[in-house]
Amino acid sequence: MIALFGIATTFEGCKPKGAGSAVSAGAAEKTYVAPGQYDEFYNFVSGGFSGQLSVYGLPSGRLLRVIPVFSLDPEKGWGFSEETKPMLETSHGTVPWDDLHHVQLSKTDGDYDGRWVFVNGNNTPRIARIDLTTFRTAEILELPNSGGNHSSPYITENTEYVVAGTRFSVPMDGDDSDTPINTYKKNFKGTLSFVSVNKDNGHMDIAFQIETPGVNFDLSRAGKGVSHGWFFFSTYNTELASTLLEVNASKNDKDFVLAVNWKKAEEYLKAGKGKKVSNVKYAHNIYDETSHTSTSTIKNEVIVLNSAELEGLCYFIPCPKSPHGVDVDPTGEYIVSSGKLAALIPVFSFSKIQKAIESKSFEGEFAGIPVIKYEAALHGEVEKPGLGPLHTEFDGKGNAITSFFVSSELVKWNIKDLKILDRVPTFYSVGHLMIPGGDTKNPDAKYVVAYNKITKDRFLPTGPELAHSAQIYDITGDKMQLILDFPTIGEPHYAQAIRAEKVKDKSVKIFKLEENKHPYFTNGESAAKVERNGNKVHVYVTTIRSHFTPDNIEGIQMGDEVYFHVTNIEQDWDMPHGFAIKGANNGELLIMPGETQTLKWVPDRIGIFPMYCTDFCSALHQEMSGYVRVSPKGSNVPITFSVGTNQPTDTQ
Amino acid sequence: MKAYHPIKSIHRIILLICGIALLAVIFLPIWRIELDAAQYPEGLELHIYSYKLDGQVEIINGLNHYIGMKTLHADDFVEFTVLPYIIGIYALAFIVAGLMARRKWIYILLAAFLVFGIVAIVDFWFWEYDYGHNLSDDAPIKVPGMAYQPPLIGYKQLLNFGTYSIPDIGGWIVITCGLLLCYCVYREWQFSTNKI
Ligand SMILES: [Cu+2]
Repeated sequence: MIALFGIATTFEGCKPKGAGSAVSAGAAEKTYVAPGQYDEFYNFVSGGFSGQLSVYGLPSGRLLRVIPVFSLDPEKGWGFSEETKPMLETSHGTVPWDDLHHVQLSKTDGDYDGRWVFVNGNNTPRIARIDLTTFRTAEILELPNSGGNHSSPYITENTEYVVAGTRFSVPMDGDDSDTPINTYKKNFKGTLSFVSVNKDNGHMDIAFQIETPGVNFDLSRAGKGVSHGWFFFSTYNTELASTLLEVNASKNDKDFVLAVNWKKAEEYLKAGKGKKVSNVKYAHNIYDETSHTSTSTIKNEVIVLNSAELEGLCYFIPCPKSPHGVDVDPTGEYIVSSGKLAALIPVFSFSKIQKAIESKSFEGEFAGIPVIKYEAALHGEVEKPGLGPLHTEFDGKGNAITSFFVSSELVKWNIKDLKILDRVPTFYSVGHLMIPGGDTKNPDAKYVVAYNKITKDRFLPTGPELAHSAQIYDITGDKMQLILDFPTIGEPHYAQAIRAEKVKDKSVKIFKLEENKHPYFTNGESAAKVERNGNKVHVYVTTIRSHFTPDNIEGIQMGDEVYFHVTNIEQDWDMPHGFAIKGANNGELLIMPGETQTLKWVPDRIGIFPMYCTDFCSALHQEMSGYVRVSPKGSNVPITFSVGTNQPTDTQ
Repeated sequence: MKAYHPIKSIHRIILLICGIALLAVIFLPIWRIELDAAQYPEGLELHIYSYKLDGQVEIINGLNHYIGMKTLHADDFVEFTVLPYIIGIYALAFIVAGLMARRKWIYILLAAFLVFGIVAIVDFWFWEYDYGHNLSDDAPIKVPGMAYQPPLIGYKQLLNFGTYSIPDIGGWIVITCGLLLCYCVYREWQFSTNKI
């Protein structure tokens, strides 16, 4: 027995070392954030098919918040309250879900300024802006002439523009869009939308769209420093296939990186070279934190610049095998594009691209756009880096780290000499990676985080569906060292991280009651009331620990639409109240101090309906409740409402 | 021989400075009550001025309703109407005493100032007693035998709140003025006895 056991352990010892031994000594100290202490970084992580944006602390990997963006969130009443419903409006009507892929912190001079986070909706093309004083979605803009918004919402170094590029080219919107699919080559177009951002209030507007051939735009990055004024997009499906893309869009040895001179586009726009298109329809939704309401406006106009007709606007650069990421180094000189099926990583040089354009070193044209000679644009190639390169971030010390999906690893290499310096495994199949400030002029290269696509055995099993895993590596030394695993929500694609100091002190604690401009604001308990207007009943309710005013309401009838406009009159930090009523075909409200939110309720039967506070607010939270009486239609029960006076009597 | 005993110039200067400082007290917080609890790591503060209450009055009122304490409103206190004038009168008295420079006057001033201090403290204590003991019968939380009178000065635990009652900047000025006045009187008294 003992001998057998001995052999077994020997065999175990021969197997390759698992992840356990890959964890470096000191990992616990490096990620431990003591109780009551704060993390160094806010990490904004896309929620992928959850449609939401999550916020983690780094280096602890603690989940701080899930911000609802494109998807309904009953927890916060997002999309359930009357105030938030317009935020999910589109030209298609209410679209209560999307696929949120990429995260961009707003920038000033090429560094994060901590004002906003931009995210994209991939399915029904949209861009959203999240305000970092409230950690709430402040604005959502739909994009016309687009079918799938993937190469978005990448931004320029002063947040001049947020871009959106079509992942799925489609015929331009309008009457001619009813066309056979096999006319793809002729009728399907890509568009690159340049969305301007108002410097003061962040409001977005489509400044112009560039119409391109119907390739698929995958990802993009703005130039910075020396390349400021340019934008780079990776493309695939330059075969222009419309069926079985996994085969038909993988035929060409090289696809393209598209270089766009957006300063030139501005000149053409000024010169009136844009075509005003008015057969489009797209929604623009804005949330206002003083009226605590949102509006959705349909717009019908966009200006389109043609990439083939306007000289000097666009240039193609050949890039091996369906490039995915296209990333620009901190100086703006080097552009790294990873052919996800390629065995090497080409690095392009911005100054060489400029020289090639000047000397017209073109190998030809593609759909009217000059194609620069590969060698003329190339700085060099990273050889045998790994399998399936996807994305690259930078450490600001002359190095790049690239994620490899197929070989499931991160690889660090030097930008100048293109030599590989280090590699570490990820668990498993990393997609995006992130260094705090990794896309800025000044990366804060303490950690790199891998956001993985496959989880398998990393955490306790939870049935067939598993949380995606992320790993944090310490990159302060020569060797990247795994220091933490943490589970994430949905499917994280891109993420960004910012120093906590740039955000935390601006965080709003309460909304001031005296600034509340909600049309159904209740200014104190004495202003609480119930008003009938036809079959619409407006209930003006206040909440304060630990009662509703009013909490006894009678005179509601079948066929009524009841609107509970709940104003939380607390002015104390972290003192929200909730509101729910039995049988409502709706969610709950969660009302922050000083805020007004509205829940619509259509009673389905007569009777007494309890309502209560859903957020444990005080020692008397369980007492924070009330009753609403519903009578038959046409009943003579008058509208009455009260708090504290409608005492039960023994005689009745 | 003069008809009155003049005081030393240094004492005149002290009295004048005290008078001006007391004028400033009208506009400064005189006393503060700080509250600490597990769920209020940032703390709550009540600042008492000569003419108003400031700080997180509404939040404290909201919390106090659990134990049936009356809500605090500046309008309910006659003190906030008369106190600015009383302080003003004392400030003028200091200035006049400094200008007139008669020894007898500063003796009277000290006596009057002590009366003011004692009356103020007694009034404050009664005010605290009233708030801490006159609780509503409808209070959701009733702890038998428990009263919630804040300390006159210093620290006291009241249910989940640690309560600190301490002078604020205005209060420290008043105390300093009182001590300086004592010092002047003591020195003048020494001179007067030495001369005799
Ligand atoms: Cu509540």
